[in-house]
Amino acid sequence: MEIAVISGKGGTGKSSISAAFATLQERVVLADCDVDAANLYLIFDPVNDNEQVYIAGQKASIDYNLCTNCALCIDYCSFDAIHLKATGPTSALKRVTIDEISCDGCKLCTRVCPANAIIMTDNDKSRMYSGTFRKGYMVYGRLAPGEENSGKLVNIVRDRAKKIADEYKIDITIIDGPPGIGCSVISSITGTDIIVVVTEPTISGLHDLRRTIELTCGFNSTTWVLINKFDLNREISDRIEEYCSQNKILFAGKLSFDARVVEAMVNCKSVIEYAPDSAISKEISQIWEKITHYK
Amino acid sequence: MPATISQKIKIAVASGKGGTGKTLISTNLFHTLYQLDEALVLVDCDAEEPDDLLFYKDASAANFNEQFGGKEIYDVKQSVPVIDESNCIYCGRCREYCSYNAIFLLEGIKTIRVIEDLCHCCGACSYACQSDAITTKERSLGVISRFVTGTNSSIIEARGKVGVYSPVPVIKAAVKAAGDDGIIILDSPPGTSCPFIQTVAIADFVILVTEPTPFGLSDLIQSVETLKTMNKNYGVIINRAGMGDDKIYSYLTQQKIPLLLEIPFDREIASLYSKGELLVKHKPEWRAIFMEMYNTIYSIHRYGNSSNQR
Repeated sequence: MEIAVISGKGGTGKSSISAAFATLQERVVLADCDVDAANLYLIFDPVNDNEQVYIAGQKASIDYNLCTNCALCIDYCSFDAIHLKATGPTSALKRVTIDEISCDGCKLCTRVCPANAIIMTDNDKSRMYSGTFRKGYMVYGRLAPGEENSGKLVNIVRDRAKKIADEYKIDITIIDGPPGIGCSVISSITGTDIIVVVTEPTISGLHDLRRTIELTCGFNSTTWVLINKFDLNREISDRIEEYCSQNKILFAGKLSFDARVVEAMVNCKSVIEYAPDSAISKEISQIWEKITHYK
Repeated sequence: MPATISQKIKIAVASGKGGTGKTLISTNLFHTLYQLDEALVLVDCDAEEPDDLLFYKDASAANFNEQFGGKEIYDVKQSVPVIDESNCIYCGRCREYCSYNAIFLLEGIKTIRVIEDLCHCCGACSYACQSDAITTKERSLGVISRFVTGTNSSIIEARGKVGVYSPVPVIKAAVKAAGDDGIIILDSPPGTSCPFIQTVAIADFVILVTEPTPFGLSDLIQSVETLKTMNKNYGVIINRAGMGDDKIYSYLTQQKIPLLLEIPFDREIASLYSKGELLVKHKPEWRAIFMEMYNTIYSIHRYGNSSNQR
């Protein structure tokens, strides 16, 4: 069974809840799919036995020994990444220049260049890691800054997690997803059994929840809403519950604000490990029972 | 900084980790700067989850200039390829040219499809096709909208369509529509990947908002490393100060990164934010604090700051 924990809005406590769910298990596969800002390894300090280079597309650059400055590539670039730029602050000479940030790596410029002066280089700084931690196996991706295709890296992390789950016959895989509703979120929830959307009682939380639900509606996974820190604004928390019941969205429960969640993180533990007998730990395990035993 | 001098600066408000308070900072800084009487634009670049307007409920919709259609809403479109199978000879050249695996072809049974969600609209397939079998159609990726909040101030919101993979073209359009003059605040998307880079690339100064927790620190380090490679001026705001631990402070000292502002963890601030209320309206003492921070940022931008130059 694959359970994805996501949140439209960032900072709602998604990773802390994923960590808590993971530590409720005897053995688990934990896939940190927030490849932009993977954080769970900070809590679980996994021993990695596998590292893979992930090629996140390519970037174009110009070999000025060959370039004739014909500027044909500028006309073809759909990403506004090629311009005629002065070679120095005081120079009057302008040459064809590719802006690395805007380049999307489509290679069209290399095809149109009559002088074969454009070189493509792999973006090879992103990594996928997998290994073991105190509750089983952990897989995570780290996307190098500025690189895209994070959805693809998420797929690689999830494939690896699946292989591990099959090989070691582990029933539960927990996916900690990224914030937002874009490509990497879509990759994180596709084909999962359960989606838990973690939200918070703020008007932005509610607004983002609506957009997230609009997205998850298109998937067959059983989707649950969980309100974290609900007591920071009970009125909006009630509005979220109402929104769920009106739209027939399954409501997993609500958790109160508890400083021990942050203290646990500072101590490299989940709240389940840090304060097993606390009310919040009990509530989290009740929510877990509820969402995994729903028929 | 005397307000008589016309100020020109683009400030990006960013964070690696989501939910650290980017929107809190952007919306309150924007309101504080009304008093400068400069042309002022807040661009909500978090196209996946735009929230800034929730704090400006009385903002009224206003028209863009002609370049962006002259209306209140501008549809951001891209041209996706359409294959005319009556001309297609199933040669596979377009598939070979496509760097995104967006063309699905089974030569054996003469079937060809464009997978629109994978297409980046680069035009390579049209260039590749020698049989005149590829035309294009327009697809909407989202919209940008413009709102006026005061005599000189406006908000431009980038709102990506749900289910569209990349928000980048919508963000680019919003940033472009904000123009180049006056003070521009860019509320950036979280993370350090493409959408973040697109937003901070044009900024003169980047405010990194973080919180004093291990997650916050780890994401801050990643953002800082990225900004170093981009040669940007930047500083840090610690939000929810008082919770977590103090490792972040030693990191800032060690890296000589200016600490612009600390906002304590406070239930009242959290509660105001949760209701969509501005801190600077309800607790006016914050107005002076935000103004002082802006002055620091503006002077780093104009005159440099030796501690922040690499």
